[in-house]
Amino acid sequence: MGDYIVLIISCIFINNIILAQYLGACPFLGTTKKMETAVGMAFAVIFVLTMAGMITWVVNTFFLNKFGLQYLRTIAFILVIASLVQFVEMFLKKSIPALYAGLGIFLPLITTNCAVMGVCLININEEYGFIQALISAISYAVGFGFALILFAGVRERIVLGRVPQPLQDTSIGLVTAGVLSLTFFAFKGMV
Amino acid sequence: MIEAVLFMLGLGVSCGSILSAASKVFYVYEDPRIAEVEDKMAGANCGGCGFPGCSQAAAAVVKGEALPSVCVVAGPEGAANVAAVMGLDPGTAEPLRSMNTCTGGFRADDKYYYMGVKSCSALSALYDGKRVCTIGCLGMSDCIRACTFDAIEMGPDGFPVVIEEKCVGCGACEKVCPKSIIKIRTMSQRLLELNKEYDALGPCQQTCPAEIDIPKYISQIREGDYEGAVHTIRERNPLLLSCGRVCPHPCEDFCRRGIEDEAVSINQLKRFAADYEMNSGKRLHISVAPDTGKKVAVVGGGPAGLTCAFFLRRLGHSVTVFDDNPELGGMIRYGIPEYRLPKKVLKWEIDGILNLGIEAKTSVKLGKDFTVGSLVATGYDAIFLGVGAWKDYNMKVEGEDLKGCYTGINFLTRFATAQQGKSKEQISIGKKCIVIGGGNTAIDCVRTLVRLGAEEVNIVYRRTRKEMPANEVEIVAAEHEGIKFTFLAAPTRVIGDENGHVTHLEYLRMELGEPDASGRRRPVPVEGSETLMECDMLITAIGQGPDISFMNADTQRIQELAITRWNTIDAVDPITLQTNIPYIFTAGDSATGASLVVEAIGGGRRAARSIHQYLSGEEVKAPESALFKKHIKESIFEKVPGIQKKNRAEMPELPVYDRIKTFEEADLVLQEEDALREAQRCLACCRICYNKDVAA
Repeated sequence: MGDYIVLIISCIFINNIILAQYLGACPFLGTTKKMETAVGMAFAVIFVLTMAGMITWVVNTFFLNKFGLQYLRTIAFILVIASLVQFVEMFLKKSIPALYAGLGIFLPLITTNCAVMGVCLININEEYGFIQALISAISYAVGFGFALILFAGVRERIVLGRVPQPLQDTSIGLVTAGVLSLTFFAFKGMV
Repeated sequence: MIEAVLFMLGLGVSCGSILSAASKVFYVYEDPRIAEVEDKMAGANCGGCGFPGCSQAAAAVVKGEALPSVCVVAGPEGAANVAAVMGLDPGTAEPLRSMNTCTGGFRADDKYYYMGVKSCSALSALYDGKRVCTIGCLGMSDCIRACTFDAIEMGPDGFPVVIEEKCVGCGACEKVCPKSIIKIRTMSQRLLELNKEYDALGPCQQTCPAEIDIPKYISQIREGDYEGAVHTIRERNPLLLSCGRVCPHPCEDFCRRGIEDEAVSINQLKRFAADYEMNSGKRLHISVAPDTGKKVAVVGGGPAGLTCAFFLRRLGHSVTVFDDNPELGGMIRYGIPEYRLPKKVLKWEIDGILNLGIEAKTSVKLGKDFTVGSLVATGYDAIFLGVGAWKDYNMKVEGEDLKGCYTGINFLTRFATAQQGKSKEQISIGKKCIVIGGGNTAIDCVRTLVRLGAEEVNIVYRRTRKEMPANEVEIVAAEHEGIKFTFLAAPTRVIGDENGHVTHLEYLRMELGEPDASGRRRPVPVEGSETLMECDMLITAIGQGPDISFMNADTQRIQELAITRWNTIDAVDPITLQTNIPYIFTAGDSATGASLVVEAIGGGRRAARSIHQYLSGEEVKAPESALFKKHIKESIFEKVPGIQKKNRAEMPELPVYDRIKTFEEADLVLQEEDALREAQRCLACCRICYNKDVAA
């Protein structure tokens, strides 16, 4: 039990997928101008990453490892994740239209998201079991959403500041992201 | 190697088959036209239309939420292609246009700058952005940056100005404006807008019964954009020539300059703009929305009816106006004498309205030549009853039907009809005339009598001059023209000779007592003070009400129409003006009792709005926060600092000696330089801000 809590904390804070591992930088900058979109994206990522974490673990364990085809991992995961997102989109549209309306435009954005891919690969490299992989996927996604929402809050207030012309918008966004990342480094060594 | 190929093949096949199976299982019907429409769009996913991507825009077009011209990149050709897919005429689209409702200028003391803040959203986040006022434009150009079409630029006063030709109506500016100052509206939406409590309105616009954007048209005059001023007035009032002449301008009573100085001569400026268009010889183009295929019958071609018809036509409905007089205009043609509103001018104005494609049927009377039932049977979808108030009240005293006795509206109408050559009647004018009453009808009667050669004209009114309901300028003009006023006199009897011709009016002298319900002090008769006044002609002009005799002659349905105890048609809600019969609407004197022209114009537009809602299948209802004749409390000031006295433009008029001999127009239009100077006097007030006079 204690191991799982350590895993959760390390995935959310210490090894935060965006701020510590620098994955998923495009949605991090693209969807954080407004809190509303940041929240939408965060939930879409949690949803997709949970699914992807499980299915890639299954694919890896029962197919790739079994036939010794580890070198096909990356391409196989791309295919699986892309299909999964498409499938989920179709499923939601038909079965849970309300959820589809909420996550709708964010789902296709995640299809080729490196954060999703990254988490799946990390799970394999760390040689997690199924439950561990699942928990790690959810926790990384929560960390992703956490960073997104935190950053959107900061960015909404950046407009109040006196930003010199050349540094406005994305530039100051990246600088801020760096500072935010530094603060997250304070978690290093906690576990 | 073979395993790898087989594995990838297997993975691909299984993913593909799962997806294709899923697309069957989870199939959601989508209109095939969406794909077709999307195909006709530019495919740039630029977001210029305001939708996230072309497919969303296409879906909106198919749903009818967007117009075929939505794609800003594909241009007119693309719009035509999209329209072809949808089976629509590309011309049917009424373009959305952005407009800035805050006109800016130097502003009031609560101007608030934050050092270094560079955007409206930031200003708005701090302190509600009190740079100008609690609701006004912040002037930090968020909208300008948001506009991808360079259609907004910073105006000279530090407030954004929309360039109409470049605006595609994408709505990007409206989305970024934290103050909802920039609005995207079609012309139809603009025509239907009513004053609301949270709007940025100057006190004059709040007061005007027609809700004309007065500061805007005055600033357009100031900038020399007279055509723009005409368009601005016409968004609210199609009878600008008539109103510019006869309106008692209640707006001027609330003019902020009037608190410290004389009010701006708002109505003369309106007349100046209106006359500019007429004298320029060419009519300005008036936009009309695409046809809706709905038919509306407007009964009564007076100011309310004409206004209602004008706005309904501009909204795309087809309108027929019915009137029982030989020509349209109603009370402004037959009740207002030639010297106040020349018929030539009125004709030009009414022709302009009819030119929009409104059919007029004159000399037909409701209840006699046609009925509400027959209108419904001939396919009219809604009916507007603006029958006016044409029935004079009687004094109910002995002898008022003697020879030589007339009633006010009846006299004016018969005279006007004869003067316009529509009847051969000769009305013999007495030498010594008495007109009873203190309203505008009474003044119109006396000034008409003077021009017809009456030697002595007397007004008899039971209260004092202060209580007279007539327009002040009219009373003053009548005084100049030599009318005698007898105040505090209540007629008791009309005395005639042996031939039954009127010779004297007997009246009681009155004293002013306690104030009554209307706030005016009630006149109380002085016992035994009967006095005789000699006359050979007597006109009673003590008020008028609607003639609702059509109720008796019409079909069963109309009998259910609710009538108030003042014989006016009962509009359930004074804003929507819908009657208890859902497809019948009313406005003007028939709804309010005898009132102002501008009141009828305001009512006509509100009725047009309700009829439009009714015809579009919406619920007929007033906006929740409609201001409707109330004032915004914070905008009514006690003191107005920073004002220097500047003389109000005098109204040019014909000299008294000349004008009492003819029916030529007595009041003249302002000269251009005077109009420009008068326009400078306007403080360009908004809700709480205004331009102070720069120390000269």
